[in-house]
Amino acid sequence: MESSSVVVKDLYAKYAVSESWVLKSVNLAVGKARMLVLMGPSGCGKSTLLYAIAGLLPWVVPGEIKGEVVVEGVDVTRSGYRGLAGVVGIVYQNPEMQVVTRSVYEELAMAPENLGLPKEEVLRRVEWVVEALDLGRYLDRDPQSLSGGEKQLIAIASVLTMRPRVLLLDEPTSMLDHKGTRLVLETVEQLKREHGLTIIAAEHRVEWAVEVADAVAVMSDGSIVMEGSPEEVFSRVEDVERYGVRPPGAAEVAYELRKRGFEVRVPVRLKAAHEVFKL
Amino acid sequence: MIKLEKVRFRYPNGPEAIKGVTLSVEDGEFVGVIGHSGAGKTTLAKLIAGLLKPSEGRVLVDGMDTRVTPASVLARKVGYVFQNPETMLFSATLLDEVAFALRNFGYPPAEIEGRVRAALEKVDLQKPLNASPHVLSFGEKRRLAIACILAMDPSVVVLDEPTTGLDYARCLSLFNTLSKLNKEGKTVIVITHDTDLLARFAKRVVVVEEGVIARDGPAGEVLSDIDFLRAHGFTPTQLQVLASKLKAPAPTASAVSETLARAWRLS
Repeated sequence: MESSSVVVKDLYAKYAVSESWVLKSVNLAVGKARMLVLMGPSGCGKSTLLYAIAGLLPWVVPGEIKGEVVVEGVDVTRSGYRGLAGVVGIVYQNPEMQVVTRSVYEELAMAPENLGLPKEEVLRRVEWVVEALDLGRYLDRDPQSLSGGEKQLIAIASVLTMRPRVLLLDEPTSMLDHKGTRLVLETVEQLKREHGLTIIAAEHRVEWAVEVADAVAVMSDGSIVMEGSPEEVFSRVEDVERYGVRPPGAAEVAYELRKRGFEVRVPVRLKAAHEVFKL
Repeated sequence: MIKLEKVRFRYPNGPEAIKGVTLSVEDGEFVGVIGHSGAGKTTLAKLIAGLLKPSEGRVLVDGMDTRVTPASVLARKVGYVFQNPETMLFSATLLDEVAFALRNFGYPPAEIEGRVRAALEKVDLQKPLNASPHVLSFGEKRRLAIACILAMDPSVVVLDEPTTGLDYARCLSLFNTLSKLNKEGKTVIVITHDTDLLARFAKRVVVVEEGVIARDGPAGEVLSDIDFLRAHGFTPTQLQVLASKLKAPAPTASAVSETLARAWRLS
């Protein structure tokens, strides 16, 4: 794919402590300004795949990889994360891993400062993200005094101020409340539309993500076992159930109707649900 | 029975987190608590469990005022599972972890191992009793933390965001466990943002907003009221929007599909 932002070919990966490959022959291509949602049970390899794409494995996290990972033209298997500075932003599942400073303002300014941007630009970006994610009331707070959900929001904000071209999110909404989730999705959608941001997000709760996602990939035991548009993936009812993936509510209703003998299409977004269910 | 009477709570040198809550929960209820980050949900749950004492008003657990009842007595009545299981786990083995409170309560050693096994079975954690809690996955730690509470056999179990970090299969299995405990007679109070799971399992929903209760009613009714949810900053789920539109009795896939099927068969 010519306009691919992230290309993964026949990728195998494992950690120093793993006995066997954690990723087994993963192939993936995500186009520029597209959003891919990665799904699958805990332990299926979603986080490992994100670490490999970010050049953290084996460069920061000890382990081994073989295969090809190219992100925005950078051969990650050769350069590691150093070749991706300012290009890829990753938000970890556990915000404790990346919230490090003593004030929320410092946290937000750190990435653009480290990129060597002029002070006015640093300020502009901090102001932008504070507005976008409604963080004004946190600015003077010590991040360590915030709740899990608030820390997660700050972690996401601190990566967005870097203005990466590729954003990797590991269960970004697991601790967020409804408002935080909505603000993050709206902001990510805006960056995708206006700045061509490419997004790969691992998520268990996919319903709100599919409103903005272009593709879904389901992983099981280290491999991608389903891939396609959200509609394609969730219309394969038996596979969705076999891999324990949580469907959007509208799709679940369609599954129940099919069990009752009604031949209905599987909607994944609300708009489609209105058509399918004739509302 | 749990009774909160005009309860207020202020953290030392901090903001007033609970600003006048009156609430009662009968024995055997399954109550979901929802609210935004910082609304006061965790504070409310800790007040119910007697881990925090009200600054004003009182909390009664089976008629006992939490301000004057010893923790050892309260712990047998109400168990509280922390949001982060790491907060609760400190022993070298699963046996020691789950047995910790039982030993403090003075249970005979012969009885302890049986209770520990039963509690671990309830949360479906099949690991050797001498395994270390620290090598467990996050989901397993979560279940271990719940087992620690169940071992004490409290009549009320309070869980603070127990689904965080769990995949869908584990979420369902956890809620099925809670549902089973509830059917056996335990009162279950669970804080979560996952309103679809609440609609399916809880009978009553309490909405906490800025330290007060903004709504309290049957789960199906509260969670289908999308105008209320939107007005209070919640994003209605697809099931909630569909249930509201179809006037289905609850925002669950089975209730919504049942309502649709009935309408289609009639037309």
